Amino acid sequence: MASVLDVPETPEDQGREPSPYDESEMHQSFHLLIQEQSQGAAEEGLELQPQAPGAGAAGASAGNQQALLGPEGATAHSMATLRILASMPSRTIGRSRGAIISQYYSRTVRLRRRASRPQLRGLGRSARPSLRLYDLELDSTALAEEEKRVLLVKELQGLPVAQRDHVLRGMPLSLAEKRCLREEMRSPSRRPRGRPGLLGCCSRLRYACALASHDLGLGLLSGLQALVPWHYALKRIGGQFGSSVLSYFLFLKTLLAFNALLLLPLLAFLVGVQTAFPPAPQGPVPTFTGLELLTGGGRFTDTVMYYGYYSNATLNQPCADPPDGGQCTPEAASLPYNMPLAYLFTIGAAFFITCFTLVYSMSHSFGESYRVGSALGAHAITVFCSWDHKVTQKRASRLQCDNIRTQLKELLAEWQLRRGHRSACGRLRRAAVLALVWLLCLGITLGCTVAVYTFSEHMIESPVPADREGALLALPLVVCLLNLGAPYLYRGLAALERHDSPVLEVYVAVCRNLILKMVTLGILCYHWLGRRVAALQDQCWENFVGQELYRLMVLDFIFTLLDTLCGELVWRLISERRLGWGKPEFDIARNVLELIYGQTLTWLGVLFSPLLPAVQIIKLLLLFYVKKASLLANCQAPRRPWLASHMRTVFISLLCFPCFLGAAIFLCYAVWQVKPSSLCGPFRSLDSMYEAGKVWVRRLERAGPQVSWLPWVHRYLVENTFPVYLLSALLLAVIYLNIQVVKGQRKVIRLLKEQISNEGEDKIFLINKLHSVYERKERSGAGRTQEGAAPPARPADHRAA
Amino acid sequence: MGGSGSRLSKELLAEYQDLTFLTKQEILLGPTGSPACARAHRRFCELLPLERRSMEESLQARVSLEQIFSLPELKANPFRERICRVFSTSPARDSLSFEDFLDLLSVFSDTATPDIKSHYAFRIFDFDDDGTLNREDLSQLVNCLTGEGEDTRLSASEMKQLIDNILEESDIDRDGTINLSEFQHVISRSPDFANSFKIVL
Repeated sequence: MASVLDVPETPEDQGREPSPYDESEMHQSFHLLIQEQSQGAAEEGLELQPQAPGAGAAGASAGNQQALLGPEGATAHSMATLRILASMPSRTIGRSRGAIISQYYSRTVRLRRRASRPQLRGLGRSARPSLRLYDLELDSTALAEEEKRVLLVKELQGLPVAQRDHVLRGMPLSLAEKRCLREEMRSPSRRPRGRPGLLGCCSRLRYACALASHDLGLGLLSGLQALVPWHYALKRIGGQFGSSVLSYFLFLKTLLAFNALLLLPLLAFLVGVQTAFPPAPQGPVPTFTGLELLTGGGRFTDTVMYYGYYSNATLNQPCADPPDGGQCTPEAASLPYNMPLAYLFTIGAAFFITCFTLVYSMSHSFGESYRVGSALGAHAITVFCSWDHKVTQKRASRLQCDNIRTQLKELLAEWQLRRGHRSACGRLRRAAVLALVWLLCLGITLGCTVAVYTFSEHMIESPVPADREGALLALPLVVCLLNLGAPYLYRGLAALERHDSPVLEVYVAVCRNLILKMVTLGILCYHWLGRRVAALQDQCWENFVGQELYRLMVLDFIFTLLDTLCGELVWRLISERRLGWGKPEFDIARNVLELIYGQTLTWLGVLFSPLLPAVQIIKLLLLFYVKKASLLANCQAPRRPWLASHMRTVFISLLCFPCFLGAAIFLCYAVWQVKPSSLCGPFRSLDSMYEAGKVWVRRLERAGPQVSWLPWVHRYLVENTFPVYLLSALLLAVIYLNIQVVKGQRKVIRLLKEQISNEGEDKIFLINKLHSVYERKERSGAGRTQEGAAPPARPADHRAA
Repeated sequence: MGGSGSRLSKELLAEYQDLTFLTKQEILLGPTGSPACARAHRRFCELLPLERRSMEESLQARVSLEQIFSLPELKANPFRERICRVFSTSPARDSLSFEDFLDLLSVFSDTATPDIKSHYAFRIFDFDDDGTLNREDLSQLVNCLTGEGEDTRLSASEMKQLIDNILEESDIDRDGTINLSEFQHVISRSPDFANSFKIVL
């Protein structure tokens, strides 16, 4: 029930039609009207029907209001004012069922009438009050809850079924109420008055398609992830350690999915076919010793695992070339399979699919985690959003409380610091320390690089004899040791510099480690493609490179296991018994970088060893169980606040940009520029791997233009550079336009904020005026009961905003 | 758990699937995983006394808040009382029926929209149920977050400074309280909210 404030008409308003164009005069006269009203109200007495508290879950809360503190201070408002305030739309939407129904009604209406302009009738409450609304109802669309509900049901019936369910599911009502609405919708007494015409049909179709594709995408993604049954393990980890540690394991699952996606075409088109048509054995097969699992050579060399096994001819040919030049009789139902072409195209297609999935995943998580203006409001966001409800253990919950408290204190301290100005001398000193530390870290990186380079040159100078294959492990061992030791040095140096925010420290550490790993891999790539190719001219260098990558992967896995053992288990035993420090933290950044490094090795090696993704999958599976066991037994959650969604974006971006891009560049260089070895592999008779494709296209061209349009595409779009320039220019233009759009949106947000704060000032002004009106009424009422001793006083305080 | 009488009928299951956010993802687990509604029903039946575990009775029965607090997912959550009060539909708001329990799980599930999560988060944080977050609500909220004991709370000056900062950042219309729209505006700036506002059964 709405309260009605009866305002008697003043003489100056009779016989005049106010027009919205004289708004300024309207405001002036409205101000006068208010003043006259406040005088009139005190003399004549106002009628107020008491407001029933909002329907639904609120109960009798309006009556138990605490004092409303205005911006100035501490006046307590009277019960009548409080009752009116409690029925303000901005407050009822949070708690009353009627308000929720009316809000969803207007949303549904907007959904259906998306194309058309909003009707003027609906603008009553939000527009500036004009004298058209003589009876100043507090709730201008004063329909009862029942009528609102009927309207909502009618609107919902006009929607398509999928959209209707979607809207119903998203309403914050209880299940019983939703069921009632659904029952009412099911009894259609008349046909829904849907909007006829092309526009309504199109938008409905579009919405149905969007919903269906969204559901399909969600289903595919979750189906892919649900294939691995780790639901309870992940729930336990999340419950004990929170979302940030969970993000590491989720990233591991994502990498498993990527590797499976990479492996499937390779298995189907390369490994399977070549296994069905094995080539003639080259020589005696060496016996299996256990060393093959580490070095990848020996028994494994001449198998489907490496590049050298694949044949360079067309398999399953219907007839071989007859020597006497006669006709050949084709066998029944045999499909010739051109292996070199298949090799090139399968690897290319696998990389392309991976690239597409990576970029889509990165842009999707970037879209979810980036918000315009998200750097502001750290206090509010910390208080409202940082409690992780997944945590279920008492000890972990207490730890979370400690973390949040520390975070809040750090935020307050940071805010104090930023308010106080820092001296120029201090800033210069901090910049100098920062530069020094960065120089030292880059120096360490350079040192590691030089070490790897000299060692690799040494390995080329003194080649390893065939019976001492174990010595081949030396170079991967050196690389792994450097990758293990240098991060500790970085961490030591980072203790010198002091950053303002702890998140920045983590990003800087990740950056430095990544630079080290990428530079080391770059040196190794140069070593393989530049020096090894030259050194192994008469042997199968591709096999060698594939084996080197296999060795690097296996040793990396072994070192990770050792690191988990020493870094976590032994550290926990020492620190608990001797030092009493408590369990070590789970270092998320370092572990994720190790995962990314392993994935880069896989991508680098796919061309030379098509089964490498399978090795990576086995490695990831084992790593999951080992890390989980070590985590649950030895570690505690990290103290630093981690924004899980930002981290996911950062991980995927790091995976895409330095790592996948580098691997793709390596692949392109190997395919285009390097001469394949003449002894083994599918490209042994060609000058470069890409030539297989070119030879095929030339053959198609010679067969005539009616055979295929591929030669045309190849000549004018692939070999010609103009389309590439055009595409790049278009892409740059699109990016620039998007940047401008975001800038414009920021401006609009700022303007809207100013407008809302102005409206807020209006609201405060009106609340205070209301309060003063009722105060005077009560005083005059009290005065009248005391035989009206004093005349009604003039309003003492004008709290104009 | 329980006899065949505690299994949900197919029509009821379908209706729950349509009206809540549960099961859309869980149903893909196939034969190894049961739909989340059925799992929820099993867990709810475990809280009831043995004689009331038949299907009809379990849909009508109400469980007191203390028993809900004994669930492992809610035991360590400092907001458990507010959560149960918000979702309770009984007049005294001190007990949950099975449908209230489903509502709770639906809002806290993986696929619930951020919109509905932020709506219910607002109601949970509104300790005095007046439709806005005023200073007392915020101070009670911060006390819940920082821990139970006296020594773990923030000092009075820190609390005042923190609440001033929060209001400065989120109270756009400067009326001293945060209403639902302002709360949802703040939440929309944090992409982590949907991820942390989850309870997995």
